[in-house]
Amino acid sequence: MADVTKLIHKYLRHEKKFPHVWCPGCGNGIVLGALIRAIDRTGFSKDDIVLVSGIGCSGRMSVYVDFNTLHTTHGRALTFATGVKLANPRLQVIVVMGDGDATAIGGNHFIHAARRNLNLTAVIINNSTYGMTGGQYSPTTPYGARSATSMYGNVEHAFSIAELAVTAGAAWVGRGAVYHATLLDQLMEAAILKRGFAVVEVISHCHTLYGRKNLLGGAAEMMRAQKEAAVRVEKAATMTPEELASKFTIGILADRDLPIYTQEYRKIREAARTALAGED
Amino acid sequence: MAKAKTKPARFHREGMEVSIAVSHAVQLARAEAIAAYPITPQTHIVEHLSSLVADGQLEAEFINVESEHSAMSACIGMSAAGARTYTATSSQGLALMFEILFIAGAMRFPIVMTVANRALSGPLSIWNDHSDIMAARDIGWLQVFVKNGQEAFDHTVMAFKIAETPSVLLPMIVNLDGFILSHVVEALEMPDQELVDQFLPPYSPRHVLNPKAPVTMGAFAMPEIYTEVKMKHQVTLTNAAGRIQEVWDEWGQLTGRQYYPVERHLTEGAEILLLTMGTLTEVAEIAVEEMREAGLPVGLISLRQWRPFPFAALRAAVGDAKLLIVCDRALSPGGAAPPVLAEVRSAFYTQAQRPDIIGYIIGLGGRDVPPEAFKDIVAKAREEVTTGPTQEFHLYGVRG
Ligand SMILES: Cc1ncc(C[n+]2csc(CCOP(=O)(O)OP(=O)(O)O)c2C)c(N)n1
Ligand code: SF4
Repeated sequence: MADVTKLIHKYLRHEKKFPHVWCPGCGNGIVLGALIRAIDRTGFSKDDIVLVSGIGCSGRMSVYVDFNTLHTTHGRALTFATGVKLANPRLQVIVVMGDGDATAIGGNHFIHAARRNLNLTAVIINNSTYGMTGGQYSPTTPYGARSATSMYGNVEHAFSIAELAVTAGAAWVGRGAVYHATLLDQLMEAAILKRGFAVVEVISHCHTLYGRKNLLGGAAEMMRAQKEAAVRVEKAATMTPEELASKFTIGILADRDLPIYTQEYRKIREAARTALAGED
Repeated sequence: MAKAKTKPARFHREGMEVSIAVSHAVQLARAEAIAAYPITPQTHIVEHLSSLVADGQLEAEFINVESEHSAMSACIGMSAAGARTYTATSSQGLALMFEILFIAGAMRFPIVMTVANRALSGPLSIWNDHSDIMAARDIGWLQVFVKNGQEAFDHTVMAFKIAETPSVLLPMIVNLDGFILSHVVEALEMPDQELVDQFLPPYSPRHVLNPKAPVTMGAFAMPEIYTEVKMKHQVTLTNAAGRIQEVWDEWGQLTGRQYYPVERHLTEGAEILLLTMGTLTEVAEIAVEEMREAGLPVGLISLRQWRPFPFAALRAAVGDAKLLIVCDRALSPGGAAPPVLAEVRSAFYTQAQRPDIIGYIIGLGGRDVPPEAFKDIVAKAREEVTTGPTQEFHLYGVRG
């Protein structure tokens, strides 16, 4: 335990930026821990990493870590990251977003980033609500759930973020939950090492707002619910849609080698240069 | 204007958070369609409205869309379909609406919007100033500022009536200072539904999307017509001033609370005038009262109506004062002057007799402005009059 704490402290701006703003028990801390452990295992130096975040409780993550960090605006983290990656492809760019950041206000950027396939890692903390602004319904709030803007139940239907990423063309897609901390470490590491656009959706909990409004108990109860609802991707393949109705899958949903934007662009440029040289 | 003589007993007094009061104003105005995206410090207004709609206390459609760009777009759709439409936002949210704000103005949809004023990023700040709305100065909407919860309530109700007037048909923003006003609890007086219904009849749109009588909206303008459309917008917006005052007078008759585009506090015999907007006005009132007691001939004018800019009312309020100190809550980096100062100066440029005009930018990004700040500013400005201007304007209280 002590070693784990020591390791995490190596990567935190612990002298300047603490105490943090997260509620005790929030899943964001577990995600941050998993991310740090994964980065440590990949062997990248602190200065190789750029952590880009949006705005929200999750967006605060970039404030606490001792990497290159870029705290952007709500919804635009992926586009800032696109710029960073294009201008300096050597940097290892990791983007942390909330479900609102990634699929509401920034939903457009998310599907296009997946389609474009830059070598970026996107971590999306899905806590089913807009945490920072007080728990309004978001694109991942389940049908019927209560929120600050749906006190009698949400009438919209939720996105499945990981499936959306697969369909939009992401090279690598994984889903974990904060309950399954070990798996989360592995998913983060694989996503960072993957060449191409890699997405980790993390099922998390906002017990303070979403949990309270929906009588789901505290952080511990909500994490237990994650344990009960999570099914490994491999096992889910053998189950019927009815059996999977109130479940979510965890594991790797897609892993494919797709042409990467920067490489493709280089090829085009070389081909054009050769063709133009031939005309001389 | 005749003051209301007897006030009918159709009001009740209640203490509540100003955001909640605004949502009750929207409820009493019987808004029919609301689209919004949450942003601090606007959230309580919209959350409360969503509950009022869900509870069945307000017969309206409510949607929490996926961004402010979508919110304003949806509002245009709602208004085009003939609904009385409302939204609220703040700061980054207003900035994200930017593209659509101009469309709402030019297409003449009488949407009412509350802007809980908050500083624009960066640096990231959730606290109050006017940089959000000042960046949206030229969107072609009617715009007013309020200084307390009662005014926030009153102006929200009145905005619908003004905006929907057939000769006006323009969207309207009610600016209220984020947190400083949106999140305080105040005692305020609210009229009953019947009274508001008498004051504000249902919206009867002139042009609506209707399958039985199709119309084209949002059409392309060739160079031959674009300028004329702009001229029409400019003239309509400027002329709306008359209608605004009419509606305010009518409200004054009903409630005893009379509003003007430029309001005065202890201006009689004042040689020095402070000019403020929004909540700073109440703080400045305290400072001015104390300065008066100390024998300084200081008065206060506040700009309630920002668009259309009340040139005549401002000149009348300034009268023959010798020194006018304009307080802005936004910066115009690299510009001639901060937004309010620039407009005030141009209002006096053509005047043979005009005061010395000195500008101070105060209260940026939530920096507190106590009454002492106004006293200090007055002292500094008086000195500057004798020494001659040192700068185009001043950024007050910069540390280090
Ligand atoms: C343009 C704009 N609109 C709205 C906001 C207000 N806002 C800040 S965070 C947030 C939602 C946060 O939800 P999510 O992205 O799911 O992250 P969480 O707080 O749950 O981690 C919103 C709406 C903003 N900052 N900018
Ligand atoms: S409000 Fe919710 S998401 Fe935000 S820190 Fe608290 S528990 Fe976490």
